Amino acid sequence: MNGVHDMGGMQDMGPVQRENDEPVFHAPWEGRVFALAQALLAWRKWNIDAMRYEQEIIPPAEYLRMSYYERWLAYVTGLLVKRDLVTRAEIESGRPEAGSPKATPPVTAETVPQMLAQGKSVDRDVPVAARFKMGQRVRGRNIHPTGHTRLPRYARGKLGTVERDHGVFVFPDTNAHFLGEKPQHLYSVRFSARELWGQQAASGDAVYVNLWDDHLEPA
Amino acid sequence: MKTSRRDFIANAGAAAAARHDLAHAQEPEQEHDHSVVPSDPALRVKSLESLLVEKGLVDPAALDALVDTYQHKIGPRNGAQVVARAWVDPAFRKRLLANGTAAIAEFGFGGWGGDYLVVLENTPKIHNLIVCTLCSCYPWAVLGLPPVWYKSAAYRSRAVIDPRGVLREFGLELPEDVEIRVHDSTAELRYLVLPERPPGSEKLKEEELAALVTRDAMIGVAKVTLTKPEGRP
Repeated sequence: MNGVHDMGGMQDMGPVQRENDEPVFHAPWEGRVFALAQALLAWRKWNIDAMRYEQEIIPPAEYLRMSYYERWLAYVTGLLVKRDLVTRAEIESGRPEAGSPKATPPVTAETVPQMLAQGKSVDRDVPVAARFKMGQRVRGRNIHPTGHTRLPRYARGKLGTVERDHGVFVFPDTNAHFLGEKPQHLYSVRFSARELWGQQAASGDAVYVNLWDDHLEPA
Repeated sequence: MKTSRRDFIANAGAAAAARHDLAHAQEPEQEHDHSVVPSDPALRVKSLESLLVEKGLVDPAALDALVDTYQHKIGPRNGAQVVARAWVDPAFRKRLLANGTAAIAEFGFGGWGGDYLVVLENTPKIHNLIVCTLCSCYPWAVLGLPPVWYKSAAYRSRAVIDPRGVLREFGLELPEDVEIRVHDSTAELRYLVLPERPPGSEKLKEEELAALVTRDAMIGVAKVTLTKPEGRP
């Protein structure tokens, strides 16, 4: 989706503002919503790609206005309802509906370290042929999917070079929509800064983007 | 779906959030009074958490453990240990650059937010910089959770088109002949920059070196110096 989240190359967003001695969370609720998002993943009702997409569909003016963890609150709430873990009425009332069953949380304080150590595996040991070779010239496809994609706008239609093949990974563009993992090769593609931004860029600079087979075509 | 969603988040405490962000923008270097954080999201999160606990969907003690882990246990000190080891142990450095995930696992770091770690070596001629233009991907396992600036529209938008301008704002002016490589974290690979060891640090021990390594240097917006700047983790 050509949304406001796809920010690479936009201008006039102001200077980068740093904060000395920045706390991990600026308020306790930020920590709680962060933790909720992690713990709820264990229900396996959604995946990290769906989490990202749920933020991308926040209306653009609100996306820009909301703080980071407000966006998290929006996506967690949205997925809970869409994936039938809670109802909208329950969100609004803050109370379980009468007669709704009580579940058992899949993650407890004792199993948090194990969950974090295990991580989230998204590489797949399946025999899928690579469409591109190291050193091959490729072009970011000129596509504009209306759903989730990890192909940033600035790389579309641009010429690059395959620098590395990382192996076979889940394809976020389908996985985000629960349309299957579509495992395929993931590459690091080097785009020269001048190819992306023209003569205003320094001649030797480059941007490296992780792209999948379906994002690329031979050049 | 989008229309209903719009209604759903219409009362997102937007005005309060705007005030909060404005306060950040105007006083980036000052001490914040975070009691002025809008109460609306705080109340909504509280209500959501109590609903989810009551439905048995989350264990509040698990949430406490998660918050505690990222507030106190996982942070840039992890990455700093890795960097210092790479500076003093050439065999480790070689393993680290060949397979970041495996080498960093020697410290017990990895997993959540660091399943696929790639280490990028800065040299006098190559400077690496990390960004996530599409969201906020960041190597949690070695750096902890990202600072606000890393997730900001300003950084996400400009790091790829104007890396030299962004670095200048961080006080880092790189000569024209240094190649800047910006790495956009568009997959689950997570990057850690291996900064250059500062000149004059030859006699320092591994622990002393680790104490000099800042988060900013491991993102690629700063160099490591013999004096660690104040206020920088």
